[in-house]
Amino acid sequence: MSFFIAPSPHHHQKRTTTTIMRLVLLAMVPGVLAQLYFFGWGIFWQLIIAGSTAVIAEMLCLSARNRSPVRGIQDYSALVTAALLAVSIPPLAPWWVIVIGTVFAIVVVKHLFGGIGHNIFNPAMAAYVLLLISFPVQMTSWLPPVTLAGDTTSFIESLRLIVFQFTSDGYSVNQVRAVATGQLLDAVVMATPLDQIKTDLAQGLTLSESLRNPIFGAFAGHGWLWVNVAYLFGGLVLLQQRVIQWQIPGALLGTLAVATIIGSIVAPDTLPGLNIHWFSGGTMLAAFFIATDPVSAATSNRGKLIYAALIGLLIYLIRSFGGYPDAIAFAVLLANLCVPVIDQYTRPQAYGDVRGGQ
Amino acid sequence: MSTEYQTLAKDGLWENNPALVQLLGLCPLLAVTGTVTNALGLGIATMLVLVGSNITVSLVRSWVPNEIRIPVFVIVIATFVTLVELTMNAFTYGLFMALGIFIPLIVTNCAIIGRAEAYASKNNWYHSAFDGLMMGIGFTLVLVALGALREILGQGTLFAGAELLLGEWARDLKIQLFSFDYPLLLAILPPGAFLGMGFLIAGKNWIDGRRKAKLAKAPIEKAQRARVTTVN
Repeated sequence: MSFFIAPSPHHHQKRTTTTIMRLVLLAMVPGVLAQLYFFGWGIFWQLIIAGSTAVIAEMLCLSARNRSPVRGIQDYSALVTAALLAVSIPPLAPWWVIVIGTVFAIVVVKHLFGGIGHNIFNPAMAAYVLLLISFPVQMTSWLPPVTLAGDTTSFIESLRLIVFQFTSDGYSVNQVRAVATGQLLDAVVMATPLDQIKTDLAQGLTLSESLRNPIFGAFAGHGWLWVNVAYLFGGLVLLQQRVIQWQIPGALLGTLAVATIIGSIVAPDTLPGLNIHWFSGGTMLAAFFIATDPVSAATSNRGKLIYAALIGLLIYLIRSFGGYPDAIAFAVLLANLCVPVIDQYTRPQAYGDVRGGQ
Repeated sequence: MSTEYQTLAKDGLWENNPALVQLLGLCPLLAVTGTVTNALGLGIATMLVLVGSNITVSLVRSWVPNEIRIPVFVIVIATFVTLVELTMNAFTYGLFMALGIFIPLIVTNCAIIGRAEAYASKNNWYHSAFDGLMMGIGFTLVLVALGALREILGQGTLFAGAELLLGEWARDLKIQLFSFDYPLLLAILPPGAFLGMGFLIAGKNWIDGRRKAKLAKAPIEKAQRARVTTVN
């Protein structure tokens, strides 16, 4: 019998990467269901395509790097990357968009930088930026929420649209979009709520005029509100399970709130309020699922606060004054770049060490 | 004598390639390699300046005081850049317009002043000329490789707009490899240049690594153990 003496910490949370990633995937379920309800079956197919592409790419990369492909994919990290990308892109985007994005995320952003645990950037967000600047048309073709447009594409028809870009009746995504939009009260071009505000403000409308558009419910973007609430719920479960710490979502949402409130006081006619910023676009997904990626986020607790506050501020600035309607991916990537510096200056003091010690 | 030329050629083209190893002159390298034509045009312009400045710097090297050598080098380089710029303006006006600010910016290309400082100011003129030529060709090859990569991925063509550089007959040089419904805009945009450059450098290191592994694997003659004691 041998006594094994290990250095501290002696108390372990017996959680492996696999367990954590599985919990993250489970916590995404409510949000995915909400997206399924409001934006149709497309998201289901996107998840399937992204997931299988990610697993294949991960296995190929691992065998090219002389590592066990089976053990590598068992940690589910590739699937989390795939899922985050799949829920971020328009549900009816052509199949090659998600395939290019997933392959880029796994091969270039993750494995060329050294595999799991070594990537500087969040793979899903880097891939999203690649797709957004390469295929701006496909990446902004969101259909209006199903509940608003009434009619929807069926399970099989949405697969047809993704694979062939046409329904069995020969309609393209844009035509489906036009039909769906035409059923609304006034046939405005349908965009995401944040996109709509941006366009309206550019045309000289005030915020309250823009909010009269049917895609806005009483509180925030129609449908988007519930998607965000669902992701918020999933995120709170993660928080309760201690998969993530409060610092990142707290600081991100807090900074965004402070910036938004200051903005609304200064220019209430042109800068949207907190209800829009928190519950439209991908804010909740970003706060609880994307920014909390343990690899590319800052390490120490103080570092996490700074890192997430930076993301929140950047989201607000880019959304309000930048060229793109939503800003999650850009904000996360820019903050990822700052992580080495943040980690350098927020190194926690070791117990017994003297402050500014000799 | 010939070994010096061999070393210079090997260094310029591969071992010490200005773009892949020294990573000098990246600004024009990344900015103008959207098409093969642009890349080739800037590569040739850089090569001409490099050869000219190397010869001149080498010839005047014994009269230039050490303290003011850098300003002198810059003036020499700027003179040659002006020559090249005016020549391009006269004979390849389209390309001159396409490359724009990046022709005058050749003055600030570190690869050129680096060669003047590191080689031409210490060696005779014919070696310096050859060094400039080889470094220039090495730089041009990388530019063209990157240009080809980005042009194929971004537009599906090769040698588009070659008439800007070579005259009207070259219009037929354009090869349409395939056509996209949606071009990969990323390859044309600046990030594509950085990614492509990274892959080129990785490719070079990979080839070097394989070569080294091969050399290491070459069988070494095993030392024979000679028995010096007798068996009892």
